[in-house]
Parts: sequence; structure tokens; C-alpha cells
Amino acid sequence: MSSINPALDTMPKLLIHNAGVIGGRPAIRHKDFGIWQTWTWSEMLEEVRAFSVGLDELGLKRGDKFAIIGGNRPRLYWAICAGQALGAVPVPVYADAVAEEMAYVLAHAEVTLAVVEDQEQVDKIIAISDRLPQLGRVVYDEPRGLKDYDHARLIAFEDVQRLGRKKLAGDAGCLRQWEAAVAAGKGGDLSIILYTSGTTGRPKGVMLTYENAIVSARNANAFDNLGRDEEVIAYLPLAWIGDHIFSYVQSYVAGYCVNCPETPDTVVEDRREIGTTYAFAPPRVYENTLTLTMVRMADAGAFKRKLFDFFIAVARRWGEKILNREKVPLGARALYGIGNLLVYGPLKNRFGLSRIRVAYTAGEAIGPEIFRFWRAVGLNLKQLYGQTEASVYVTAQPDGEIDAETVGKPTPEVEVKIAENGEVLFRSPGVFVGYYKDPDKTAEVRTPDGWVRTGDAGFFDSKTGHLKIIDRAKDVGRLNDGTLLAPKYVENKLKFYPNIREAVAIGAGRDFVCAMVNIDLTAVGSWAERNNVVYSSYQELAGHPRVYDMIAQHIDEVNRSLAEEGVMAGAQIRRFLVLHKELDADDGELTRTQKIRRGFITERYAPLVEALYGGATTADISTEVTFEDGHKGAIAARVAIRDMKPYAARAAKMERAA
Amino acid sequence: MRAPSSREVRLGEALLAVENVSLAFGGVRALTDVSFDIRKGEIRAIIGPNGAGKTSMLNVINGFYPPNTGRITFKGEARTTMRPYAAALGGIARTFQNLALFRGMTTLDNIMAGRALKMHRGFFWQLIRHGPALREEVEHRRRVEEIIDFLEIAAIRKVQVGRLPYGLQKRVELGRALAMEPDLLLLDEPMAGMNLEEKEDMSRFILDVNQQYGTTIALIEHDMGVVMDLSDRVVVLDYGRKIADATPDEVKCDKNVIRAYLGEPHGISA
Repeated sequence: MSSINPALDTMPKLLIHNAGVIGGRPAIRHKDFGIWQTWTWSEMLEEVRAFSVGLDELGLKRGDKFAIIGGNRPRLYWAICAGQALGAVPVPVYADAVAEEMAYVLAHAEVTLAVVEDQEQVDKIIAISDRLPQLGRVVYDEPRGLKDYDHARLIAFEDVQRLGRKKLAGDAGCLRQWEAAVAAGKGGDLSIILYTSGTTGRPKGVMLTYENAIVSARNANAFDNLGRDEEVIAYLPLAWIGDHIFSYVQSYVAGYCVNCPETPDTVVEDRREIGTTYAFAPPRVYENTLTLTMVRMADAGAFKRKLFDFFIAVARRWGEKILNREKVPLGARALYGIGNLLVYGPLKNRFGLSRIRVAYTAGEAIGPEIFRFWRAVGLNLKQLYGQTEASVYVTAQPDGEIDAETVGKPTPEVEVKIAENGEVLFRSPGVFVGYYKDPDKTAEVRTPDGWVRTGDAGFFDSKTGHLKIIDRAKDVGRLNDGTLLAPKYVENKLKFYPNIREAVAIGAGRDFVCAMVNIDLTAVGSWAERNNVVYSSYQELAGHPRVYDMIAQHIDEVNRSLAEEGVMAGAQIRRFLVLHKELDADDGELTRTQKIRRGFITERYAPLVEALYGGATTADISTEVTFEDGHKGAIAARVAIRDMKPYAARAAKMERAA
Repeated sequence: MRAPSSREVRLGEALLAVENVSLAFGGVRALTDVSFDIRKGEIRAIIGPNGAGKTSMLNVINGFYPPNTGRITFKGEARTTMRPYAAALGGIARTFQNLALFRGMTTLDNIMAGRALKMHRGFFWQLIRHGPALREEVEHRRRVEEIIDFLEIAAIRKVQVGRLPYGLQKRVELGRALAMEPDLLLLDEPMAGMNLEEKEDMSRFILDVNQQYGTTIALIEHDMGVVMDLSDRVVVLDYGRKIADATPDEVKCDKNVIRAYLGEPHGISA
């Protein structure tokens, strides 16, 4: 393991260092009142220090846990660093978590103080405060609506800073004391606890040291040549490891600038104004952007549509080759250049991707078609495979070695091996300390010699030497006749269609594969408008016979492509239905990072599953739903089921040929 | 952690008093001898069945209709007639039952329009858009951005309002009224045609406006749940007459009010 400079082995130390070396350069920006406000590294140091000393005054001590709840705002990032400067451990919580989930995490982590964004989060804390006896002060960023609240425990962010500034101004020794506290922090200390949303069971608190975070960040910066000139936008949940490393640790290590959007709804506009150079997003973001593009193009005039279709075809043929610096005929290059001027450039500009040098997709497998589309139009999109337990990085694709279906090679200092059951294992300096207060779970996941089980099944592609992930190891199942079924593989094929938002493939321990599908309201709604399909609700649209026809056509195409893949031919979809409600994280059907929870869904929709395998053509279902304010209601529906014809496996033909 | 309501303490003296106001259009009596007051800092609801004279009442208050008899005292100044322009200058802003926005303009420009009365540089200065005129515009823009932030409409700042859904247009209209920094804000059915979520949002904004800016608010609303939750005092009109004036809880139990809402034929005593 390579060592890190002990003078720069924590984020607060890096902050002081950066303020000294690149103090005049921008460190963080926030769009507020319609204008980008910038803080340089030295200004940021002053803000963090004032808040940190204020927290000290409020009684936050070394080793204490404190919660961070809210969106991507500079002050919440400052709060993380301010607490770490005192040796306290931040525990970021998903801002959209309902009170119940929040109560579990805050109680489990034994937080003694919380820094929250606004009234919404304060209300949640008030609602669960009787279950959090150890929780003391609650600091809020946005005062709006909180004027009439009892301020015995509440305190505004700027008031904490005022406390700190007063102390710093009045007591000359205070600054030295604070700097001594920062210097007392060591790379091996616990830096943060991140609760993973978890596809099963209660969230687990992943403990990372400063060294974990800093070594991973440094290696990632080196891997992609990231320096202080990068601009990134912070828009993913603070409680997600990706955002923590990318918008916080990597920025401190490289000295680049992090931009906080005005509101979650303005990210695209804000990104366009900044022109980010390095991006990190789950596949969903690229999917949604592509869906939006396709929907808009379908509504565009005939000339524009023809132009778009023509140049996208050119891009699909030559774009990736040009991006990979392969040999391309001059004519094709010229045509691509024109396309770039007319279509690709404006398209990328529309979504604020013009200046991107490196864009990563991670968190889940991306549809190969989506991936190729973005590369074809000249976006250097790469895949990355990571885990909270690894401080993100396990594998990534180096520039020029891109494949739509792999996740790349092990990143610097990471070792990867495949267990006998197909599970992927890794070992690296980023490997976590353990799950907080859960040694049994830690032992389950991490072997004594430091290997971590990812829970994902995969293999190294013989052609490229890259890792290929097929599914969760525990989700890979077999049909009754022994056919291999990787449900996610099938689902991802379905989700490529813009009309399909989510899909759930089931079949392990059954005779054949069935699918439950969620339509995408944007795409299908726009289709309905153009085709005079009248509907009054999501439920009605989802159940419309013509929508079923359309989905059936998509599934038919998926079946054909599965049939062509030999081993996957047996996983063709025989029956399907369109769900009457959108799968939602508030109902526990998706995780907070928007991954489907297959087991939970099959249980919850058991009557539908039975009907799928029972041969019925309709099924009745009543499901409980949770509204955003926490109260519950029920949705009842009758859902239609369709049969599909499977294709003959092409592998059989090949056998005959051989 | 929430403090007990301190509303009673905050409610000050009367900001506006309506005394014996009557209004007739030809032979139709829209308002008959109506008197009530609106106190500083309160949220005052005006309710009543359809055609009870609620909107007429608002139109009288902001000077759009001159009353036939009676007088109105605003900030201690009594008057019988006033031009809407004067009312606006005096600190009365309103929103309309059927939106009255500039549909071809952006959200930002619509709300900027609400600042027109506060701009002092003349046409030619604005044409040059330099020096003092620019400084003035920047200052007003800052205020408008605060309102945009307050109403959480940053994402639609540069969208033409004609393209926005109804609920958001209502919010923009509220923004334009707020841009005038009014002492008295008149809201004519701010939640008409909204779904539950939009109503909840709008209710929160109304409460926040009242609390944060201390703006006195008079609102007409049909949704009784909203009225009962939001308002401090309620005036009930029926066929142009005031039939009740009390707290929401008292109004709920009032015999006359129940009769008016159940639609019992008039003139037949119970």
C-alpha cells in the first residue's frame, strides 16, 4: 500500500493546505438568487473554521457522531469538514428518507447533533425526536418558516458561525487550538459513516477512514488526469459514497471546484452555465436525457427530424471510432464534423455536456445502446464499477479501452479476483473498516486476509481483459429446467426502450420467465398525445390495450435478441403485465438510489405473480401506497396479462453448423 | 419544539375598515351595508356561496369599483372612491380569480412587472439602460430573485408563463403581487382548480408570506378546509349581506352560515 503524506492525510488538513497554496482559486460555487456565488479556498477555510469553532462551542467532541441531512449546498459540505476538523464523525442521511428510515439511522449512529437543510428536515427530526434521546442541537441552513419554532434546541447556521467568529476574534489561543485539533487527526482515524440504502434488510453503516477516502481519491484523480482546473456539479445525494468522494474528497485532493445547483430542478440549466468537465452519474441520468431527446425529436418538424436521424446514423457508425482515435476515412470524418456542428454539438450543449473530458456512469449496468449513443455523439462516457465498501473505485475503463458491456480494469492499487461461485472479490487501500456496530455482517463480507465480497456475479472478458458484471450473485437463479437466469440482464434490455421505466423479471424456481413492466409516463404520455389515446390517470394509461400492444412489441424484440445469445435464450419472456402504479422508494419497492427490490416486489405483488404463472388473463390487486407526508392509501386495479411467443434459440443452429 | 401560537399578540390595530358599504349594478344589489375590518398582520378570509359578492368586495377594496354608499378606511385614511392605481401605490396588491398574467413573457419578467410602480427612472433612462437606470434594475432584480427563491420557482425563471401548468401560473401571479411589497394582499381564490398537492404548497406559501414578510392577507376561497386552517378570522357574505364575522371555529357552527351553505330557500324562516 502506498503511503500518504502525514501532513495531508485528512480533509481538514488538505483544506488548510489548499488555502495556503491555491487560496485565490475557486473552491466551491452555489447558485443563489439566480447568480453564481463563489468561495475561494481561503474564503472556504474561513467559513469552515468559523463553523467548526462554533460546533466546538456547542459541545461537539472528538469521536461524536453528527448527522448531515439535506441537498447539495456548500454549507452542508462545510459542515462535514468542520466536524471532521474536531475529530467528530459525519453521518450523512438521504434527504428524501421518510421520518421512519431517518429515525433508524440517527438512533443507530447515536448522533448527538444534526446539521439540516430546512424546515422540512427540521419537521422530520421533531417528529422522531422522542426516539433520539442522545440528540442535542439541530443546526439549520435555511431559516424560512422556522421563525415561530422553539429555538431551545434549534440554531441557525450563521449563528453557529457567529459563535465561532466571536470566539476566534476574542481569544487569540483559539485559532492555535483549532489548528492543533486538525493536526491531531490521523489518516487512520474514522472519517465518515455512510449508510448504504441496501436492497435487503436494514441500512448498514459503512465506516471509512481518511486514508481510505484520500488514497482512493488520489488514485482516481491520477487515473483520469484530474487537476485543479476541473469543474464538477454536485447534484447526487450527499449520503451516497459517489458524491462524497467525487464532490468532496477528490475536490480537496485535486483542488478542483465543486458547483452546487440552485435547486434540484435546475441541474441541467446550471450545468450548462458552468460547463462541467468531469461528470459522474448513475445510468438513469443518461437514460432520462436520451429519452427526453427522443421524445422532443419525435415532436420536432420533419426537416429537423430527418437531419437528426441522418446524423445520428453517421455518429453510430463512426463516432466511437473517432473517439477511440481509430483510423477513420477522411470523408466519414468530414461528415461527422458537419454532424457535430449541426446535431451533436448543440445536443451536448443543451444538456451542459460540451466541455466534458471524462464522464462516468456507475451504480448499475447501463443499457449498451444508451452507452453507445452518448459515445457516438462524442461524449467520453466510461463505465466504472464501485462500492461504498471500496470507497467507490474497484474497476474503471481507461481512455481508449471502452466496451459497452464491461466495467473496465481494476483501478490503481486494486486487486480483483473471481470466487468459485462467480462472485467478484476485491482488495484495495480503500477497503472499509467495517460496518458500524455490526461485526457479524462485517465478517460475512470481508475475509480475514482483506478480500471483500461484492455480492455481484461476474467474469473477466477473455477478449478485453475487462471485468463484466452480470447480476447480483444471489439473484442469479435457474429455471426449473436448469436454464441460467440473470434477471437484471433481461431487465436492462427492457429498460433500454424509452417507454419502459422499470422492469422486473422473475422466473427462478419456475418453469419460464415473466416480466412486470412500469411504463415511462413522459415517453408514453407523449406517444398517447400523438396517437389520440385518451387517458385520465397513470393507471388508465398503463392498462390501455394499445400501450400493451406497444410493450408487447418491445418484449418481442428483447426475446429475439435473447434468442441470439445462446446461453440466455432460455430466459425469453413468456408472459408479461404492465403494473398499474409506478414503483416508488417511499413504498419500499425501490432503494433510495432507485434500484428495484425484486424480492420485495414479488412478495408485494404476489397475486399478480400467481396470475402470471397460473395462466389467467387478468388479475386483481390492491396495494397500499405511502404518500410523501407519510399517510397511507390504497390503489386497487385489474391488470391484464399477455402471452408472448418465444423464438427458437440460435445457438441450436450453431451447434448444427458445428 | 413549536412555540404556542402568538398570533393574538401580533395582531395589531385595523389596517383597513369597511363601513356600511353598498354596491349596486343597475337594479342588482351586489353588496348591502357591509362592514368589517382587517387587522394588521392577520389572514382574513371572505367566504360565501356563489354570487355572494366576494369578488365585488375585493374590487371595492382595491378601488376597482366605487361603492354607492359607505366608506373605506385604509391606514387611517377614509375615502369613498379611489383609483386602482392609487390603491396599488398605497400598498394594496392582488391576484385574480382568472389569472391575469402576461402570457408571452417569462416568469422573471412577469414578476419584474410587479416592480414597475417602484421604479423611478423614466422611459428614456430605461432605454439607455446605463448608470442609474441599470443600478435601479439590478436592485429590483435582487428583490425579484428573493421572491423567486421564496416561491421555489427558480426552475421556471426563464419559461414563458403561458406554457406553465395552472398551479405554477398561480404561483407566479402571487410572486408578481409580492413584488409590490404590499401592506395588504388580496387573493381571489388562490387555490381554485388546484389538486391537493398544489393546494398544500400554496397554503404553505400564504402562511410563509404572512409570517415572514408580516403581510396582511385577505383571501376569498371556496375550499373550507383551507379557510379553516389558514385564516384568523372569517367574514361570511350571502346575497351581498354580511351574515357572520368570527373565528373559523365559531363560523363553522353558525346557524346562518350553515343555512346559507346548505342552500335553503331564502325568506322562509327555519
